[in-house]
Amino acid sequence: MLIRVTPEHAIRSSDITPEEEYQNRRAFLKVSGLLGLAAAGLACSTGRAEAQQQGTSIGGAELKPELTPWEDVTTYNNFYEFGTNKDEPAQNAKNFKTKPWTLTVEGAVAKPGSYNLEDFIKPHKLQDRIYRHRCVEAWSMVVPWQGIAMADFVKSVQPLGSAKFVEFTTLNDSKQMPGQRSPVLDWPYVEGLRLDEAMHPLAMFATGVYGKPLPNQNGAPLRLVMPWKYGFKGGKSIVKIRFTETMPKTAWSVSNPSEYGFYANVNPAVDHPRWTQAKERRIGEFRKRETLMFNGYAEQVASMYSGMDLRKNY
Amino acid sequence: MAGRAPRWLYPVVFLASLTPFLYIAAALASDFFRGTRMLGSNPIKEAEHFSGEMTMRMLLLSLCISPAVKTFRAGWLIRYRRTFGLFAFFYVCTHLTIYAVLDVELNWADLVADVTKRLYITLGMAAFVLLVPLAVTSTKGWIRRLGSARWNWLHRAVFGTVVLGMTHYFMAVKKDITDPLIFATLFALLFGWRIREARRRAVGRSG
Repeated sequence: MLIRVTPEHAIRSSDITPEEEYQNRRAFLKVSGLLGLAAAGLACSTGRAEAQQQGTSIGGAELKPELTPWEDVTTYNNFYEFGTNKDEPAQNAKNFKTKPWTLTVEGAVAKPGSYNLEDFIKPHKLQDRIYRHRCVEAWSMVVPWQGIAMADFVKSVQPLGSAKFVEFTTLNDSKQMPGQRSPVLDWPYVEGLRLDEAMHPLAMFATGVYGKPLPNQNGAPLRLVMPWKYGFKGGKSIVKIRFTETMPKTAWSVSNPSEYGFYANVNPAVDHPRWTQAKERRIGEFRKRETLMFNGYAEQVASMYSGMDLRKNY
Repeated sequence: MAGRAPRWLYPVVFLASLTPFLYIAAALASDFFRGTRMLGSNPIKEAEHFSGEMTMRMLLLSLCISPAVKTFRAGWLIRYRRTFGLFAFFYVCTHLTIYAVLDVELNWADLVADVTKRLYITLGMAAFVLLVPLAVTSTKGWIRRLGSARWNWLHRAVFGTVVLGMTHYFMAVKKDITDPLIFATLFALLFGWRIREARRRAVGRSG
């Protein structure tokens, strides 16, 4: 059974254009885009931009964002295990085997163990969540995920008092993951969260997108989603979850510590050394948008970081 | 290979060099006005990267001409050095326009911040600025006015553009440096050929 839990902050499903209608939109765009061009010759007013303007905006927060089309969500991916170009994961992950899938839970927990994916998911409520997704490279999407609340899992394995962090490890298998044959990153990919972040109601393990099982290129069969953090924090194809006392050494912060930190919270005020984070390009839109603090989830998550210098803890 | 140029060659080369631009312009327009996906999910980024790479390709071709002229004793090829050089300038202008208009959206404060705060953009901009006088003085009139010695000296600045442009390219990619590495190798070969030639000439003079 699918139980929808709709918290306050969530974009309600009813607010969102269904995928079919979204696809039909292209026909509408064709007309409106051409009309717009012919009528005014306005270089900046494209069909996509016009459609976007139908969404309302109050104080920078969008009430009616459009879902990013399935096609973009599943072909524009950063998943270096399957290649460094955005279109490579969709090509190279076609034969990736996700069944059977075993997850190991270890470290400072009362109930460590090994699980089949099905047994890992089964005890918890499956939920639909529509989240904004902001990549550190300054592009963004709106993605309808399915999965389980990370907090539900964390509570069920009973972390010990000494557990302060959670480390998530991606599969290490260069036979299946051709990207791992070149030393672009220190394989396997490791991500991490503070325990309170992992217990936050917004954090989830995703197993599906658009109501379908997660495509391989999106991190099948299980990936992390923390919508207030940059996308690279969302480790994919997770095989190991370890509860630790010390801060995990995460893949990007090991590879380039001056550009990528442990926290990686979306923050328009703290630039990446090579580009501004104040704006983003929502995939499908012609004009850039202002990036929101914590990707628009400040109300829910800001308190976890009160008193911290976010310039240092980037 | 020596001898005369076939008459059809110039228009073919010209059109071939222009086609990538026509493609990218049409694809960008189609993606936004007709909702196609010719340039993928992020067409502006794609067009920005593509125009930058085209600049390096044209610089490579331009630098191939002198070695080709010498090797094949094909003096008629030399006019293509300017053709490709000017196409490099054309593509860097396209690159810059996409960056300034579609990426930074003509926000001057952001543009100034980018150029002053981000080294790879500073270097890219320097590579462009260095190419401007070369484009301007590419005419016959300017060659006459400057005299061949001074003109040749000035146009060595293209090596500066290549080094700055390549550094910009290396710094701009996130992690996978395969593509810039291929370009750098080819440029290194062309630079190496020139160094060898210069040595040979020096030896010839002293001997």
